[in-house]
Amino acid sequence: MKLPDLGYIRPKTVKEAIDILVAHDGEAKLIAGGQSLMPMLAFRLLAPRILVDVSRLPGLNRIDITPDGVRLGALTTWRDIERHAGLKTAHPLLAAAIAHVAHYQIRNRGTVGGSLAHCDPASEFPALVTTCDAAVVVCGPGGERIVKAADFILGAMTTSLEPDEMITEIRFPAWPASRRWGFEEFSRRRGDFAMAAAAVFYDLDASGRMVDPHIGIIGEADRAIRLTAVEEFLAGRTIDRQTIATARTMGAQAAETSDDIHTPAQYRKALIGTMIERALAAAAGINLAAAAA
Amino acid sequence: MSEKIDITLTVNGERRELAADSRMTLVDFLRDELKLTGTHIGCEHGVCGACTILVNGEAVRSCLMLAPQADGTSIVTVEGLGPAAGELGPLQRAFRKHHALQCGFCTPGILTTAHALLTQEPDADADRIRDVLSGNICRCTGYLPILQAILEARDSYRERSHATGSP
Repeated sequence: MKLPDLGYIRPKTVKEAIDILVAHDGEAKLIAGGQSLMPMLAFRLLAPRILVDVSRLPGLNRIDITPDGVRLGALTTWRDIERHAGLKTAHPLLAAAIAHVAHYQIRNRGTVGGSLAHCDPASEFPALVTTCDAAVVVCGPGGERIVKAADFILGAMTTSLEPDEMITEIRFPAWPASRRWGFEEFSRRRGDFAMAAAAVFYDLDASGRMVDPHIGIIGEADRAIRLTAVEEFLAGRTIDRQTIATARTMGAQAAETSDDIHTPAQYRKALIGTMIERALAAAAGINLAAAAA
Repeated sequence: MSEKIDITLTVNGERRELAADSRMTLVDFLRDELKLTGTHIGCEHGVCGACTILVNGEAVRSCLMLAPQADGTSIVTVEGLGPAAGELGPLQRAFRKHHALQCGFCTPGILTTAHALLTQEPDADADRIRDVLSGNICRCTGYLPILQAILEARDSYRERSHATGSP
């Protein structure tokens, strides 16, 4: 469908963009890459009075690798991440997960800030923000605030971003070089939304036991979540086939799925379990296909 | 409320200055205002890839961009892929040779996508080409002749990249 009746403005600074949002009192919407917003407009799910194009604001597409972690400017595209050689070592989980986002043409325009603001429960980036406890830097009329992932993502397509606020940066905590990780995703066709995915990482102590494991999953209708029951089970254990098998069963049980047009709830639960199993096996370097010793 | 916004852009090497409606998508602007109807509108919400064009050298879906967002950019559409009007470029010649189209509706989007890919990655292998083609829906060919045609045209892009020393 053609887009609803709307105006367009391209501010030159973040301050100017916020002023426009304030002046339009909830009737203005930010657009960056537009890869989620434009379909929403085409379906007439949204009808803002004006679009505020922030896609050219200077300095917001930086990728900074610092001792405190990785900082992504809100306008960083999937393609920017894909082309950034340093990220593969500075945050390999991020680099691996982003490889699953959408198709070639969309990856050239879609931004991390846009994906997080849109907050589709099946999207990889909000799931990474949740799994890694990233912090979201938000600018509004009162200045800047830094929001923890758990306080930012509230549910399906729902965040704590106010109508007159804008995401400017996402900060991922530092990633130790020795950290073990895995990311596995299942979708029916390449580039499609995930039916289920698992993002896992943990550190090892001197005796080879898991420290502070993080298990994030995509597959619940509301949002990507961390499976704390599985994390508690894994913490302090050594990783082997039996541990992974138990984590798989626990994860599938813990995930709250419902029947939808894509799949019955039980199938999706099983899929989530399988993704956890494969991601943990990848993290541990265990070949699941090989016969058990 | 929608309004007219003056934009300047380069389309297939030609500078254009025009007023674009603020609610108009870039693909509608190309087709209805510039009369470049080679770019097709399929799903109109970013799923099918038929409207793919190059904006500043990157393949993008022109139904997911507003015309005013193209202000200041350089655009290549399927009309710009031949060396001169009425002549075919290497991808187009290979598509004809391999019968890489039947109804032809998706073809402009696939040609522009493949052009962007081979320009940036002249050594793209069959797996990479398949991966990229996942963003373009073709219901006639089964994709195999498309893949064969792109692999054949790849040689021209490799020669070009060696000649200019840049991908």
